[in-house]
Amino acid sequence: MKELSHKPAKLTEGHRLCAGCAEPIIVRQVLMATDKPIVVANATGCFEVSTSVYPFTAWDVPWIHSAFENAAATISGVESTYRALQRKGKMKQEMRFIAFGGDGGTYDIGLQALSGAIERGHNFMYVCFNNEAYMNTGIQRSSATMRGASTTTCPTGLCSPGKKEYPKDMTKIIIAHDIPYAAQASPHNWKDLVDKAAKGFEIGGPAFLNVISPCPRGWRHESAQTVEISKLAVETCMWPLYEFERGTWRLTGESKRIAEGKKEKRPMTDWFKAQGRFRQLLTDKWTTVAQEIQANVDKKWESLQNFCKV
Amino acid sequence: MQKLLAMNGDQAIAYAWKQIDPDVVAAYPITPQTIIVEAFSEYVADGHVTTEYVCTESEHSAMSVCVGASAAGARTATATASAGLAFMWEMLYIAASMRLPIVMAVANRALSGPINIHCDHSDSMGGRDAGWVQVYGENAQEAYDNTIMAFRIAEHLNVRLPVMTCLDGFITSHSLENMSLLPDDVVKKFVGDFKPIRPLLDVSEPTSYGPFDSPEYYFEHKYQQVRAMEDAFPVIEEVQKEFAEISGRSYDLIEPYRADDADYIVMAAGSTAGTLRQVVDELRAEGKKVGSLKLRLFRPFPAKEIAKILEGKKGVAVMDRAISFGASGPTFPEVRSAMFDSPSKPNIVDYVYGLGGRDVGVDDIKVVFSQLMKGESKTINYLGVRI
Amino acid sequence: MAESDKKYNEYPIGGMITERGSARRYKTGDWRSRRPEVDKEKCIDCLFCWIFCPDNSVLVEDEKMKGFRYSHCKGCGICATECPKKAITMKEEGA
Repeated sequence: MKELSHKPAKLTEGHRLCAGCAEPIIVRQVLMATDKPIVVANATGCFEVSTSVYPFTAWDVPWIHSAFENAAATISGVESTYRALQRKGKMKQEMRFIAFGGDGGTYDIGLQALSGAIERGHNFMYVCFNNEAYMNTGIQRSSATMRGASTTTCPTGLCSPGKKEYPKDMTKIIIAHDIPYAAQASPHNWKDLVDKAAKGFEIGGPAFLNVISPCPRGWRHESAQTVEISKLAVETCMWPLYEFERGTWRLTGESKRIAEGKKEKRPMTDWFKAQGRFRQLLTDKWTTVAQEIQANVDKKWESLQNFCKV
Repeated sequence: MQKLLAMNGDQAIAYAWKQIDPDVVAAYPITPQTIIVEAFSEYVADGHVTTEYVCTESEHSAMSVCVGASAAGARTATATASAGLAFMWEMLYIAASMRLPIVMAVANRALSGPINIHCDHSDSMGGRDAGWVQVYGENAQEAYDNTIMAFRIAEHLNVRLPVMTCLDGFITSHSLENMSLLPDDVVKKFVGDFKPIRPLLDVSEPTSYGPFDSPEYYFEHKYQQVRAMEDAFPVIEEVQKEFAEISGRSYDLIEPYRADDADYIVMAAGSTAGTLRQVVDELRAEGKKVGSLKLRLFRPFPAKEIAKILEGKKGVAVMDRAISFGASGPTFPEVRSAMFDSPSKPNIVDYVYGLGGRDVGVDDIKVVFSQLMKGESKTINYLGVRI
Repeated sequence: MAESDKKYNEYPIGGMITERGSARRYKTGDWRSRRPEVDKEKCIDCLFCWIFCPDNSVLVEDEKMKGFRYSHCKGCGICATECPKKAITMKEEGA
């Protein structure tokens, strides 16, 4: 931590993200994981818009936003130029390339570009802020939204508690590409996140970091609770911390301790209680849904432990 | 000493790319552009180019990779057609707004549906508002020449806009022609070194590309593009003149044929312009005072030049190989608008033709002239469709 | 002249922002309704507040927590929540 405190800020203060937003916390940590010069590509979303309100930019490093679904393709282009110039002997310094996107720009509209960039083997890291909805456009559901969550396109109502479907397991989809490095992380465990980001930067090929990103506005919690909520996501095993490094699956941080029986796994009701978007799941009417979600989380957690051979 | 080789339009473009050796080429195959990417792939595999060649998973990503690459400081090229152009539609606007000098070949093909792989101009016409310079080539030689000139136009400091070079799908892209190819060193000298502006890879001067504009700034950014398009005219003419000096082939924004003393003019872009000249010759042999006008530059639209040629004519038929449903072909209103303030305006009519590759021959074009001269043309006519 | 009064040709082309980190000039501190205050007696310089601040508004010098960047602190309260020693409290702004 002390070492990290000496690093210059690549993302400055003065951005327009909500007070207590997890995204800048995540980005600050990720960018501390390398000292090499970087270029950043950003998908359209809260983070991109809030850090680039003309004429203000919160970026002290080269940065590009082109469209919503193509952060991975855009950074592929930057990285391709770097490779081309290196081959021609015009580029001597080592650089690193990173793309940021929300779950919207990654799981859904951005899936194609991300898959393509990974398959082509570009040397870049893609960091997804998973705040489980299309937040920038007004909290609409995404394929990352948890079942039962209330969003503006699957609101809780008389006939429905919220989203009907379980979230897509994006990290596993990316791992299925046989990507050199993929991991799930959380901003509360900064050491785990920074270590993973550092690995991603140095893996020498595509890397994917999926980070849980609590949203005070969309998840309906106090802005001061953001880091605590990200910790709860891990403690309930709803968002386990793990990595896939050159074919080896490994649990990390609190998830590792929970699997080893050294830390208690918290129930999903704690997760629901902490956020207004799940309030309806605590009522009698939707108890079954809450139970089914718990069963689903448990099943996925079992399965992950098998992958990690715990 | 120019080499004489038989090539089709697609191969010619790939050959031009080979000679220019762009830093990055990112493309996705689509009929009838596939030969461009395939031929270029062979050059890559044989080590004839140092290009970083990216086979993207879609056209939208192809243009996105080009945008990232160009912004990072690479000379960048790509090619597409039809649905591919449609798929990258939002990226066309973004590439132009970021003032990235990307060069793209478009092998003009009809848009679905129903799906049709043959030639019409609906694809590039659909993208005419995006802010790209658009040039139409008549044959494979032009496809080659336009590609080489395109880099100079795009990269000129007064322009800095992406350039689309269009060639007729199948008709030009796939037909073999005798080509005059410039020597490698002449092409390299003509395009020169690429000078990026504030490239992303320059970390000493970090730039933020693609910000969020409030209403307070967007219009000014767009007006910059408006002025860049206006400034493109003299640049295109300058580049064409320079090209004539190295190749012996002169090009112009529009190319009149036997138009000076003609009473009736028919206009077209693409390969039809060639057929048009043959018809003009045949009718002239019969004593008819006709001429043709080949449209090479569509964006920016050479309104002044067109007005000068068409001033005082009795009748003009604009041939459009695309249609804006509910209105007319796309070139027609622009020509009419160009003529509106002229003291003596000809009768101007539209002939929508050739959609989905419907063939247009000498006899069809003779019908156009005949109707035009007899005053039998409607305002908007459809040539060659079974009505 | 205000940035938004300039003519079209007085801006860099392509929408590029050429002034690195220009957001620093935008004082998000105005957003605040409560402000953090640190009791340096209780503070152990663990720097958790610094690593969890979304707005780069915890000041650190020589590995020691020096205070807050009130020009930009949005008053989210994460620092107060995360401080293991409860050295940071959130006070009503303007009180």
